[in-house]
Amino acid sequence: MQKFTTLTGIAAPMPLVNIDTDMIIPKQFLKTIQRSGLGKNLFDEMRYTQDGQEIPEFVLNQPAYRNAEILIAGDNFGCGSSREHAPWALLDFGIRCVISTSFADIFYNNCFKNGILPIVMPQDVVDVLMADAKRGANARMTVDLVAQTVTTSDGQSFGFDVDSHRKHCLLNGLDDIGLTLEKASAIDRFESQAASLRPWA
Amino acid sequence: MTAPRTLYDKIWDDHVVHQAEDGTCLLYIDRHLVHEVTSPQAFEGLRMSGRKVRAPEKTIAVPDHNVPTTLDRANAATMTEDSRIQVAALDENARDFGIHYYPVSDVRQGIVHIVGPEQGWTLPGMTVVCGDSHTATHGAFGSLAHGIGTSEVEHVLATQTLIQRKAKNMKVEITGSLRAGVTAKDITLSVIGATGTAGGTGYVIEYCGQAIRELSMEGRMTVCNMAIEGGARAGLIAPDEKTFAYCMGRPHAPKGAKWEAAVAYWKTLFSDEGAHWDKVVTLRGEDIAPVVTWGTSPEDVLPITGTVPSPDSFTGGKVEAAQRSLDYMGLTPGQKLTDIAIDTVFIGSCTNGRIEDLRAAAAILKGKKIKVKRAMVVPGSGLVRAQAEEEGLAQIFIDAGFEWRLAGCSMCLAMNPDQLAPGERCAATSNRNFEGRQGRGGRTHLMSPAMAAAAALTGHLTDVREVMGETV
Ligand code: SF4
Repeated sequence: MQKFTTLTGIAAPMPLVNIDTDMIIPKQFLKTIQRSGLGKNLFDEMRYTQDGQEIPEFVLNQPAYRNAEILIAGDNFGCGSSREHAPWALLDFGIRCVISTSFADIFYNNCFKNGILPIVMPQDVVDVLMADAKRGANARMTVDLVAQTVTTSDGQSFGFDVDSHRKHCLLNGLDDIGLTLEKASAIDRFESQAASLRPWA
Repeated sequence: MTAPRTLYDKIWDDHVVHQAEDGTCLLYIDRHLVHEVTSPQAFEGLRMSGRKVRAPEKTIAVPDHNVPTTLDRANAATMTEDSRIQVAALDENARDFGIHYYPVSDVRQGIVHIVGPEQGWTLPGMTVVCGDSHTATHGAFGSLAHGIGTSEVEHVLATQTLIQRKAKNMKVEITGSLRAGVTAKDITLSVIGATGTAGGTGYVIEYCGQAIRELSMEGRMTVCNMAIEGGARAGLIAPDEKTFAYCMGRPHAPKGAKWEAAVAYWKTLFSDEGAHWDKVVTLRGEDIAPVVTWGTSPEDVLPITGTVPSPDSFTGGKVEAAQRSLDYMGLTPGQKLTDIAIDTVFIGSCTNGRIEDLRAAAAILKGKKIKVKRAMVVPGSGLVRAQAEEEGLAQIFIDAGFEWRLAGCSMCLAMNPDQLAPGERCAATSNRNFEGRQGRGGRTHLMSPAMAAAAALTGHLTDVREVMGETV
């Protein structure tokens, strides 16, 4: 997994609430057996017409935001299907950080497994960040995971919370499976206890 | 004496393998269900790192999302190339890693959340995961069931554990009894209508109250299925005699002395008097009406007697979202819901593809003809299909003008050829009305099987109670 420490980049504003994972990556792109290559279909049905032409008004089609690395989004981002194709598509496009007032649980989890940092901020802060993002490509935001701050292009800085285990994994690009396998003996112990307590399971 | 605990607390406590100082837990997983769409990259990850599936005997796979549901599906040409590759990958992964498998050709094949309980894999008090958000369905048995992403699928395959932090406890109580024509689907949609799609975020919901107790296991599965649409990590219902009766004799349920021991344990699975709830929502069963969705979020729920709302009646970001929904759905504020004409009816999915759902729809359709352009019933599993044929339900659907399909997810997410055309309007018993969910530009109204059947008969959204009135 790619490490995440600090990121300075363009933030794209998507004020819509309840952006679901079907919008982020529609189902026709879930037939892949790989993780990569989904970026071109990120937000496909909002981004392209039925015959594949770019819709110029869509934020990521606008020249200022084509290289966005941060998304500022409305409430409840990533709701719906558990498809990890959603963070894969974001990452493949180049988005490394999403900021919203709230995220759906599974999506939030999936981000951390893929080196994407989801940040929850209160509404008034999201409003400030959204306004900053709307200023276009010259307004670059900085996300500092070590210090746990987001700084706007005009220097306003806001702190955020992140789970310490997840922060550690992101900062170091650590793979969960490797860490868990270090606890294999605890799993063995649990299994043999459970086998006598709940033999039907 | 330990402090009073909720059902969630109890199942959680019994599955913690390791707890880190910051509260992050390693949770043991009893059953891992796998389907073709969210698993290929996970198996690939195992291969690349030379890892095995730790507990193949607890891992169950079935293809459901991509598979065609037409009767000619044995013919590989009915699948697109990429779908075929994805199903073939699951065939191969199941074989290579030695996990339980129900291939397309097996009569027990079906939607993973219907097959699990049907085969007795899902049992009370277990932890169940699947790379699919509707894993919440299994909570109907009092098992802690959540949807996970593909990286977590790989993690569970390799370690049989999941890294989790404990969620908060939320109680949703439905008091009293439901009125005639009101079903489990109306309960679960009404709860989401009341709490919003983020109302359950960060919680595990336990559904309780008389109306829940009075539901069959099928109905309880429908309620828990949509916990995720309410944002919750999982939905739970405490097991009772109905649960035990459902599980007894299933192929993978315990037998003999093990069964007795299991039931004794299962009887301890309830929320203690005085347990702490972080949030409580109460709805009166009598107040719940047959409902439909009007917009593109499952929280856009209204009683069928209502009218399309105006975006101005909302606040914040929802104003813009409601306007966008209305444009997408082609509706005008003030329009009566019962005036909305329907092109297509879809009965099926892990929400409402079980035998009781088919019975409810068939009861409305019996001896009548549909007025919509097309209508299909897609049973949730091969066994549901067989039972419906045995009970004569299939013939009722066929006589009414429905297509009678083979088992799969079908038009719930339209990954196979069962899709809506742009602008086509569908009365659906599935769980998501998102933009494009049932096909690009397709318009979805969610409702119960009985309501979908009523819409099929009249050609517009219809209050099933009126159709029922005619029949009695
Ligand atoms: S029926 Fe629909 S919701 Fe259920 S598992 Fe299949 S696609 Fe998902």
